[in-house]
Amino acid sequence: MIMYWIFVLVVSTLLYVLLDGFDLGVGILFGLTRSESRRRDMIGAIAPIWDGNETWLVVTGVILWGAFPIVYATLLSAFYLPLIIMLLGLILRGVAFEFRYKTERLRWIWDTGFFGGSLIATFIQGVTVGALVEGLPIADGRYSGGEFGWLSPFAILCGVGLCFGYMLLGACWLIKKCDGDVRELAYRLVPALSIGLLAFLLVVFAYALVENLQVMGQWLKRPYLLVFPLIGVVAALMLARSIRRRRDGTPFYMVAVIFAAAFGTLAISFWPYMIPFSITIEAAAAPHSSLAFMFWGEGLFIFPLMLIYAAVNYSVFRGKVVPSSESY
Amino acid sequence: MELTALLLSRLQFAFTISFHIIFPSFTIGLAAWLTVLEALHLASGRPAYRVVFDFWLKIFGVVFGLGVVTGVAMGFQFGTNWSELSRMAGPIQGPLISYETFTAFFLEASFFGILLFGRSRVAPWFYLMSTAMVALGTTFSAFWIMVNNSWMQVPVGYVVENGAFVPQDWAKIIFSPVVWVRFPHMLLAAYLTGAFCVAATGAWYLLRRESTAEAQIMLRMGLFLAAVLVPIQIFFGHLTGDYVHDHQPVKFAAIEGRWHDEQPAGEVLIAIPDSTSETNRYEIKIPILGSLIGSLSFDSKEVGLTDFPPQDRPPVAIPFFAFRIMVGCGMIMLLLAWLGSYLSVKGRIERNRPLLWLTFFSFPLPFIAILTGWFTAEVGRQPWTIYGLLRTADAVTPFLTARQATISLVGFGLVYGLIFVFGTYYIYRLLYAGPLGKPALPLAAVTPASRFRSAAGV
Repeated sequence: MIMYWIFVLVVSTLLYVLLDGFDLGVGILFGLTRSESRRRDMIGAIAPIWDGNETWLVVTGVILWGAFPIVYATLLSAFYLPLIIMLLGLILRGVAFEFRYKTERLRWIWDTGFFGGSLIATFIQGVTVGALVEGLPIADGRYSGGEFGWLSPFAILCGVGLCFGYMLLGACWLIKKCDGDVRELAYRLVPALSIGLLAFLLVVFAYALVENLQVMGQWLKRPYLLVFPLIGVVAALMLARSIRRRRDGTPFYMVAVIFAAAFGTLAISFWPYMIPFSITIEAAAAPHSSLAFMFWGEGLFIFPLMLIYAAVNYSVFRGKVVPSSESY
Repeated sequence: MELTALLLSRLQFAFTISFHIIFPSFTIGLAAWLTVLEALHLASGRPAYRVVFDFWLKIFGVVFGLGVVTGVAMGFQFGTNWSELSRMAGPIQGPLISYETFTAFFLEASFFGILLFGRSRVAPWFYLMSTAMVALGTTFSAFWIMVNNSWMQVPVGYVVENGAFVPQDWAKIIFSPVVWVRFPHMLLAAYLTGAFCVAATGAWYLLRRESTAEAQIMLRMGLFLAAVLVPIQIFFGHLTGDYVHDHQPVKFAAIEGRWHDEQPAGEVLIAIPDSTSETNRYEIKIPILGSLIGSLSFDSKEVGLTDFPPQDRPPVAIPFFAFRIMVGCGMIMLLLAWLGSYLSVKGRIERNRPLLWLTFFSFPLPFIAILTGWFTAEVGRQPWTIYGLLRTADAVTPFLTARQATISLVGFGLVYGLIFVFGTYYIYRLLYAGPLGKPALPLAAVTPASRFRSAAGV
């Protein structure tokens, strides 16, 4: 039962990172252009799916709450300010999809909210991961780090790194979905974003070595973990090739594989801890009666349906976006 | 009063959840009404039903979006501000809320797209079913929220192990009689909200002499529905009062403004409760009625607040006044719905401009009633978060500082203020334009890409 909910948690978190990752990335890229036609195309490329993507964040949250309440209570209260600010960012960018078309004079408010909200939410997600890798100060089963116990150069570095990562995902999504101007822009951005991401990964690795972080110990103890970074490297090479040959469909999947590899590396190096090096999966799990109640309804029936629905939705929305000039 | 992290967290929760409840209470009712309209359109083929449907669907879209984004924030605040509550009650509340997310989000996400963009791509019966599924999704959502909140009001089916509430009997938790009184009470409140908003909009167009055919449908259906539902709602309100009387005597005494035991007990109509002297000032009271309302008897003894130590009593003024405002709104709605329905049957309502004005101005009433009803329930539960088991002061995140809580409260205030001002303005513009009017700008949601979505699930 516990393992089933760990599995569901991993799937929903990974889906969230990949799916909301690209639309948050598009949100950041949106701020890099002033042209209304480009902006329209960018929003058009994510409008029908962004809310479904964000749903996976809520799903992740409620699985933690129900199946691992101690993790839910500890993490959310530890990251108090960053989480609240992230939520406010997500709200601002969420309403922008509708509101920006309801006004012309004040559109800048919603456009700023869309870009700023996306950027802040991404940065904070990266900071959170970074702080977890470093290890949160925990005493007596509760967070004990104070208001800014999560803040560190390493966490900030991870925040910046994730911005590059999501922007890369977003750019590859635009290549996949758009034609013309926006696609060209995205093709131009990908090399710089990839180099940025690579540089970030190298720095993180060096930092982990120098500071002798505890996750390094996990990697040294389990050398088979190197499979994941290896998959990432192969995907990166294929990404470079597909960009050179201009295969519109491929880059997104390659970046997705890089993300999945990074995610796998992290997840397995945390194992068997849920909050690294203080709270294990076993200790965090809710009582059997809670897990079983969740399993026999939402776990066994609704969760597969949600996956199928998401897949159908994406298959319906496959192919290029209709150029915006046709619909206005 | 000193602004502690506890007080600020309570203010923040009260603010964000009050803000949030406005939107779902509107969309739950509206979704059900849209289903009825679509069924009527299929059955009768009358085009005006279709026009009314399409018009309210646009408004539904905007309000629904506001409900979703503000609801996401609610799901995280239990962990950020109330970590001790989550730690202890997570094994019960977490699964309930996760069912809310899984069932409601799944149904809404799947069928909402078809509702907005799929009219031309699916068979009429499938479109009707999609509408019903969205309505069902919003209803499920309300159901799980009410199960969760009812458990906090009257906890059942649990055992305490290692300082946590472990669920022992889920059937007891879900089929608790309290749930099945409060859930209908909330659902009816949402339906009434939809009914009065629709009727008020119809009255507005009639006053402006615009879209009269559609306006008559709105006005009549709204008022007729309300005329039937308000009495049922009052009945469920009474049942809700009964559970408070039996399970939460101190809350009941606060609502009644009763400081000392009385036999037979009077009913305080209005007063200003004074908790320092433990009496009411400027009291208007009807003898014996209190026993009648509380226990359906002429001579029952009803308990007073002073039976409970001061630290176990809620702040009296808020539940006392909030309850009276809610009941007052209910009475006005009853009169308006019956009078309006009567005139409507007689065919005289279109010419009765004073009544049209009254109906137009009635749209805030259901919202006020819902908010004050929730204030009564939630403030009346204090000082407990889980009634009788966990005090609010022990539920808050222990290391939360007042500075953090201030920043977050101000943040929520600013962002919610912004989206509220613009959201209501955009809804007002849609309403003003009317069923036949054209919006000044293309509707955002209809982005090119969204066309693709329409076929989803087909």
